[in-house]
Amino acid sequence: MEEQELLTSVDAKLKAEFGDAIISAEMMREFPVFTIKKDKIVDVIKFLYDDPEMEFRFLTDLCGIHFPDNKGQELGVVYHLHNMPKNWRIRLRIFFSVNDAVVPTLTTVFSAANWQERETYDFYGIVFKGHPNMIRIMNVDDMTGFPLRKEFPLEDQNREDKNDSMFGR
Amino acid sequence: MPTNKKDIAETPVINAEKLEEKEYTTLNLGPSHPATHGVFQNILTMDGEIIVDSIPTVGYIHRAFEKLAEHRPYNQITPITDRLNYCSSPINNMGWHMTVEKLIEAKLPKRVEYMRIIIMELSRIADHLVCNSVIGVDSGALTGFVYVFEEREKIYEIFEAICGARLTTNIGRIGGFERDFPDAAWAKIHKFIEEFPKVLKEFEKLLVRNRIFMDRTIGAGSISAERALNYGFTGPNLRAAGVDYDVRAMNPYSSYEDFEFTIPVGTHGDTYDRFMVREDEIWQSFSIIKQAIAKIEKLPAGVFHADIPSFYLPPKEEVYNNMEALIYHFKIVMGETDVPKGEVYHAVEGGNGELGFYLVSDGGRTPYRLHFRRPCFICYQAYPEMIRGHLLSDAIVTMSSLNVIAGELDA
Repeated sequence: MEEQELLTSVDAKLKAEFGDAIISAEMMREFPVFTIKKDKIVDVIKFLYDDPEMEFRFLTDLCGIHFPDNKGQELGVVYHLHNMPKNWRIRLRIFFSVNDAVVPTLTTVFSAANWQERETYDFYGIVFKGHPNMIRIMNVDDMTGFPLRKEFPLEDQNREDKNDSMFGR
Repeated sequence: MPTNKKDIAETPVINAEKLEEKEYTTLNLGPSHPATHGVFQNILTMDGEIIVDSIPTVGYIHRAFEKLAEHRPYNQITPITDRLNYCSSPINNMGWHMTVEKLIEAKLPKRVEYMRIIIMELSRIADHLVCNSVIGVDSGALTGFVYVFEEREKIYEIFEAICGARLTTNIGRIGGFERDFPDAAWAKIHKFIEEFPKVLKEFEKLLVRNRIFMDRTIGAGSISAERALNYGFTGPNLRAAGVDYDVRAMNPYSSYEDFEFTIPVGTHGDTYDRFMVREDEIWQSFSIIKQAIAKIEKLPAGVFHADIPSFYLPPKEEVYNNMEALIYHFKIVMGETDVPKGEVYHAVEGGNGELGFYLVSDGGRTPYRLHFRRPCFICYQAYPEMIRGHLLSDAIVTMSSLNVIAGELDA
């Protein structure tokens, strides 16, 4: 199936089942991308897992993203799902406020989500509600701050000997 | 003879009474232990010799690659990818180049794609050789390890002839290679093709039907296909459980669709199956390399990069004599090249499975967000489940057969 057809068919399925919870559906290069309301994300993924025509039963990837300029929608989580027998790949995204960074956990559907959600928590401070072990994974336990957020400096902010205004972001 | 090592003991769960009576022993396996082959820790709860629970701790060599990548121009990210799975860095390098090429929509000449395939398959062989020989080491057979490391050395010599580096290769550029393969490299590749099968056959004679090795590995750390998929396994670890998923066949990149190869699968998903799948994949990779050489010989020589002047550095003599080349050179070196906005996901079949790059570009000089889908990190979380009820020695061969590379685990 062409990706464009996949987009329309998944979109139709999701719209029929969840209605308003599907905020947008678009193509990004070869990927159908769906933006979904935060509270419904696990229900949507569960539906795509169980539905006999969809059967997205493989969680390829889960990661966080931060857009500090999108007020009210600063943080996001991106899910890549894969239907292996038919080789369909889709991307689901949710965006929410940095002040309300609580997302339902996907560990109930995919065991693979366990560490990936911990990693997302570790780097973005997104709390996955219902996760069995919501602690940091890569960084030290007593770290404050979430290093992949854009405001977090790459190097020690107290350094004065380096001027990066010419090079680097 | 139990078919599954778990039959030795009923799969135990932590018994509250025993916990209260302090009948369990806590054993720290790692962070620095010769059997972990990398820096990671497992806190095991043991009932006698049986593992009842384990808590893996990762992150000991976390180097913040995703943060670093947000501050570097695209061509400077390649050396970061070297240090993910450092047993097969060229695959990571190529995966990254292809991700950027997908973003800028560059089309590569066939010859370059075939050259890349030679590099990637050579490094897959090196990766699998390390993993398989280390399973041998962990079950008490050091000879095979020493023997195949000589072949791995020869592969590294090929890399050295092509790019000058051996382990962290930084091989290739966005849009192709930095230079054509020199004659010395071709000579080394041809010599490798000639000599390798004999060595691998001998290595297989040492282990494949070796009674001790089979007793140690069959049934150790088995996982069902269903659980493996749920845990996000990819690559040889998933194929050993019986799922024929291979990115090279499913989503062909770099013209893999032009090649004939089979995808070996196992049945039980245990250590022996993982060993055998890797062993067969080495033969498949070997055949792909031979096909690629044959295809390259039919193509006009001397083509080693795509025609994308805004991303591929011009030759030095032109930079000094040609205004346009000087501008491009300056822009690339200073990281002033604009890239299109957009999101791409590109996956390659790494040594351990689907190595994915999720790249978000806002048009700036650096990626806005770059996420590495690291197969080791995702499959290693199944380790506690795989070793529960096993003996400590089984846990160790299971870990080496998963081929967990600390660099890829921790990013």
